[in-house]
Amino acid sequence: MSFLEVKDLKIHFPTDDGLVKSVDGLTFDLERGKTLGIVGESGSGKSVTSLGILGLHKGGRARISGEIWLDGEELNGASAEHVRGLRGKKMAMIFQDPLSSMHPYYTVGHQIIEAYRIHNDVSKQVARKHAIDMLGRVGIPEPARRVDSYPHEFSGGMRQRAMIAMALSCDPELLIADEPTTALDVTVQAQILDLMVDLQREFNSALIIITHDLGVVAELSDDILVMYGGKCIEYGPADSIFYRPEHPYTWGLLGSMPRLDREPTERLLPIKGSPPSLINVPPGCAFHPRCPYAERTQGKAETEVPALTETEGGHLVRCHMSRDERRGLWENEIKPVLETQ
Amino acid sequence: MLTYIIRRLIGALAMLIVVSMVTFGIFFVVPQWAGATPEALASRYVGRAATPETVHLVAERLGFYDPVVVQYGRFVKGIFTGAQYDYGAGVEQCPAPCFGYSFISGQPVWPDLVDRMPVTFSLAIGAAILWVLGGVAIGVLSALRRGSFFDRLSMGTALAGVSLPIFFTGMVSLVIFSYGLGWTPPGGAYTPLAENPALWAYDLLLPWITLAFLFAATYARLTRAGMLETMGEDYIRTARAKGLKEREVIVKHGLRAALTPILTLFGIDFGLLIGGAVLTETTYTLPGLGQYAILAIRNQDLPQVMGVVLVAALFVVVASLVVDLLYAVVDPRVRLS
Repeated sequence: MSFLEVKDLKIHFPTDDGLVKSVDGLTFDLERGKTLGIVGESGSGKSVTSLGILGLHKGGRARISGEIWLDGEELNGASAEHVRGLRGKKMAMIFQDPLSSMHPYYTVGHQIIEAYRIHNDVSKQVARKHAIDMLGRVGIPEPARRVDSYPHEFSGGMRQRAMIAMALSCDPELLIADEPTTALDVTVQAQILDLMVDLQREFNSALIIITHDLGVVAELSDDILVMYGGKCIEYGPADSIFYRPEHPYTWGLLGSMPRLDREPTERLLPIKGSPPSLINVPPGCAFHPRCPYAERTQGKAETEVPALTETEGGHLVRCHMSRDERRGLWENEIKPVLETQ
Repeated sequence: MLTYIIRRLIGALAMLIVVSMVTFGIFFVVPQWAGATPEALASRYVGRAATPETVHLVAERLGFYDPVVVQYGRFVKGIFTGAQYDYGAGVEQCPAPCFGYSFISGQPVWPDLVDRMPVTFSLAIGAAILWVLGGVAIGVLSALRRGSFFDRLSMGTALAGVSLPIFFTGMVSLVIFSYGLGWTPPGGAYTPLAENPALWAYDLLLPWITLAFLFAATYARLTRAGMLETMGEDYIRTARAKGLKEREVIVKHGLRAALTPILTLFGIDFGLLIGGAVLTETTYTLPGLGQYAILAIRNQDLPQVMGVVLVAALFVVVASLVVDLLYAVVDPRVRLS
């Protein structure tokens, strides 16, 4: 059994307008020391998944089913209090916007010390030393002085470093980073990603990076999972997904990535339309209203939900087209366009 | 931080000067615009049978013929150094801080004010403790159980508390608890704290609860609204993700952030109250500053009115100054700006 195994996870929210199926049957696993990239548009269920693993939907309105196994322990059926004890200690999370995710009234040090002392019975002095040590390790200069600064006194990149220091303060074995670089300057993004990968190696933790930017995870991840409308539509080894993607939506994501080596006059290849409503997910393949190849399936796209099938070593795709048809399209139509651009 | 404090201090001082000018203007200048002569002002200090010559003499001695600025200067000087008043019958010493002499009793105003302060302070502090603890606790619970029976009940009660004037709730509770059940004294009773603490609390219990009910309502609603907002913030999610116990998430992270506007309101409310809880003191006939103000107005005793207004203004200004300084302690982002 893998370190983290998620099996048929469903997270549904009943609302006045209907049932919101934010996550609808998600299955994946992750080993220690490995990185999984979860990619998708806003509203595809990425963040809900990560909060679900941490048990942060417990006690709310969410209806959760499926299994979450962490280090041989099932979390979905476990008590809220037990999962709380694991949060921050065994599994930790880094959030998107470090300014709004840190309490404005407490110093950075106070917040790290608090995180450390929840799970470690130590004095404030010891915890403070640890906080300074952690700030130093994430590359904050003069950590002994900056430990008493407030979040608003830090720059965006520094804040995200402090956030990482807080998340790592109890040596978590599973680290989930939810869009860790989206709110940051481009110049700082790469630094933060490098830092996370370095620290992951050092702590040998399992890392999940959630992003809408396939480029961010392509290099860092061992595996990539592409989500659409609450479902996994393509999942497999990063190289296989990045170099031989088989789902039209993944092609769209690749085509939407701006690249510096392109001629400025050329246009991106955006995906037409907008992400589906999670209340009224389109019948059949959720992507079919936006899929340029939907008519090739002889109407199956509108009626039948495609199954997640293996196409090559561990590479799963949820598409009605046959493997040969998809590979033909990729080799002959998509790849040449992406490469010439 | 130091410049922040200095700036606030200067602001508070300027505020007091403006308030004193406006009050002085209302009570001494406006009547003159309305046609009151210096003699008419002076006639209040002398007996009814005084001759016009005596009145003229007293008006001159009290400085009513001087320009307004000089009169104001003399008034301010009196507050700091004391003053002498010559009513014709002899010179009266009025030691600092001198807020003048009462028309009616012929006594200096300041000692009267000092006598009455403990009553108002006792009333205000006791009620404040009750309403802050009660209001905030109810607000937090309502926010956490939004839409529940408890939430609806407490917010309905809070609406009643905000809407019902104190002379109504005060009268009703007097009728029920004092005259009906005989649990509390029927108003008018006040025992100094130093004399008998138990009796002090017993006498003030009903006024405390009535006054606290009125304010707790506002605080419960404000706390509820603040908690609903802060509990949806990202940093609350972070606190939970750290594995913090829910109670600590609510109190240390949620309530802490929701307290700032409550603190502001409290400063103003408390400052106003220690300047005289007019309605409560009148309803329960407590000999505090508020009752003093009402009596002074009824008697048209201008120096008394001015004295109590200025003291009340001082309390409000000091209270909001303290709040401003506390603000910087509570919200570190204030220290920068």
